[in-house]
Amino acid sequence: MSQVKAKENFKSIPPKRRSVNEKSFLQRLWKQIDLQLMVWVGVLLIFVFSYIPMYGVITGFMDYSIFTGARIFENPWVGFKHFESFFNAPQFDTIMRNTLVISLLKFLIGFPAPIILALMLNEVRRRFFKRTIQTITYLPYFMSWVIVGSMVMSLLSTDNGSINIFLQTLGIIDEPINFLSERNYFWGILVTTNVWKDIGFNSIIYLAAIAGVNPSLYEAAEMDGASKFKQMYLITIPTIMPIIIIFMILQMGSLLNAGFEDILILAQNPSLRPVSDVIDTYVYRIGILNQRYDYGVAVGLFKAVVSIILLTSANYLARRTGNSLW
Amino acid sequence: MGYSDRVMVVAIYVLLILLSFSALYPFWNTIVVSFNVGLDTAKGGITFWPRQFTWSNYEVFFSNRGILNAFMITILRTIIGSISAIFVTALVAYSMSRSQLMGRKYYTFYFIFTMYFGGGLIPTFLLINSLGLMNNFLVYIIPGLISVWNMIIFRTFFKSLPVGIEESAQIDGCSNMGVFLRIVLPLSGPVIATLGLFTAIAHWNDWFAPTIYITNEKLLPIQTILRRILNSNLINEAFGSGNIDSAMGERLAQKSITNKSIISAAIMVVSLPIIAVYPFVQKYFVKGVMIGSLKE
Repeated sequence: MSQVKAKENFKSIPPKRRSVNEKSFLQRLWKQIDLQLMVWVGVLLIFVFSYIPMYGVITGFMDYSIFTGARIFENPWVGFKHFESFFNAPQFDTIMRNTLVISLLKFLIGFPAPIILALMLNEVRRRFFKRTIQTITYLPYFMSWVIVGSMVMSLLSTDNGSINIFLQTLGIIDEPINFLSERNYFWGILVTTNVWKDIGFNSIIYLAAIAGVNPSLYEAAEMDGASKFKQMYLITIPTIMPIIIIFMILQMGSLLNAGFEDILILAQNPSLRPVSDVIDTYVYRIGILNQRYDYGVAVGLFKAVVSIILLTSANYLARRTGNSLW
Repeated sequence: MGYSDRVMVVAIYVLLILLSFSALYPFWNTIVVSFNVGLDTAKGGITFWPRQFTWSNYEVFFSNRGILNAFMITILRTIIGSISAIFVTALVAYSMSRSQLMGRKYYTFYFIFTMYFGGGLIPTFLLINSLGLMNNFLVYIIPGLISVWNMIIFRTFFKSLPVGIEESAQIDGCSNMGVFLRIVLPLSGPVIATLGLFTAIAHWNDWFAPTIYITNEKLLPIQTILRRILNSNLINEAFGSGNIDSAMGERLAQKSITNKSIISAAIMVVSLPIIAVYPFVQKYFVKGVMIGSLKE
């Protein structure tokens, strides 16, 4: 349909000719109009679903009313009012602390874990064993947070929760602990669950990098009598360092991404909020559930700006080591 | 192999086995609980094997009309959503892979830019709202039609195809669309399988978008329903007061179903399709990660 229409439009444009061989811009465009139309499908979709929301962040500087709809400029400008009220909000300190602590914990434990798994898998010589371990450890990655969260809750519950049964059998505790309603355990549970879910899948990339190491290096090292551990330390790790650094930069850019779905699912108990509330969950609760859209947009924008600064500076640091993203 | 090497290898094997056990046990325990009589489970001690075997948790779960409807929604959005998204994304990627495409540099920047910057949750929510996609099945399909990340992977793959085939097809009078449909797509089996798989899993697992965009019960997918069961302490509340009648309430009591036993059955039913196809497609997604990691 649209192709036919475009054809008619183009017929009405008189062709300009500069010389016999040189075709005009429009003629060249016309010759590849089908290619252009294909790309415009994507351009249009991205415009609507990515660029319009970017433009929508200006509502963070307004007193926005949802009834204005697309006539966004009928809302009064208020400058940085919403940003200020976020900085002065009583929850601000808690939210910032939780965001930073949770993402740092996830980084400190979740980042090296798949590298260690890949290094361990690399030492396994039995192919069947190795493949089985890989298949099993990748599996949780493909489960939704609803599924993972349900299983974690079930394992940790006081009513036939396996963790409580296990701890009681060993005699470590006398009474079952209600793990998911006590603040002390929350960060540990959250980080462990994340590592459990992602460790296998995230190790794939490092395994691939390790597979690219020149085998003659190991042979030479063995001749010189280097132990396996030394080979790992002196050959494998230095060779995969560039990949490790690239992934580290990516992680630093998301320092304010403490998590969202995992926290929504695992911290259902509102009494956990002092340890579980992070920027993203706060934006969701205040912005969508309480419908303070303008305020929520402002908080989200604050986070986006800080993230960009972090990513850019991490990349700057990495460029000095010669491993930058861009 | 020296002594220390042997110690290290043994330690690695032990650790790997422990890790695999921890990955599998939650699934196994869930299966066991889902096949055990609910009130019996509540007494504790159910770990590796059911004590009082029963099918009733599944029976009750499937006898709920809301659940079956939610399954249909999930299946529909997974099939329609992934096929349309893969087609549109591949189409755009094909065009972007042709060196004669005018303005390719600008298009590339236009697409890549959105990988680093975005409007965020609330502006997107307001957009969906003003587009009239709230409470509309299309909200599952349209916003996901193109993924820039997948587009780049497709483009990288298309560029690696031999140019000669396409050129000869064009000399024979094939249009660009014809080349895409008849030559490029059929040659892209592995990459379509990989990206299609990831897209399908994302559709299957999505529970959050429906919670903010959909209020109509009939349009909710199974994951969102499961989340709701999980959130509530009463089964009646979870199934929605409209969905549960007094006869069903009696049946629940009779069969001694507890919230936990029904959730376990639900987890198994929802994750089974993924577990079932998983071993067969594993090689594809490992390949997919490789393609994705190849930087431009």
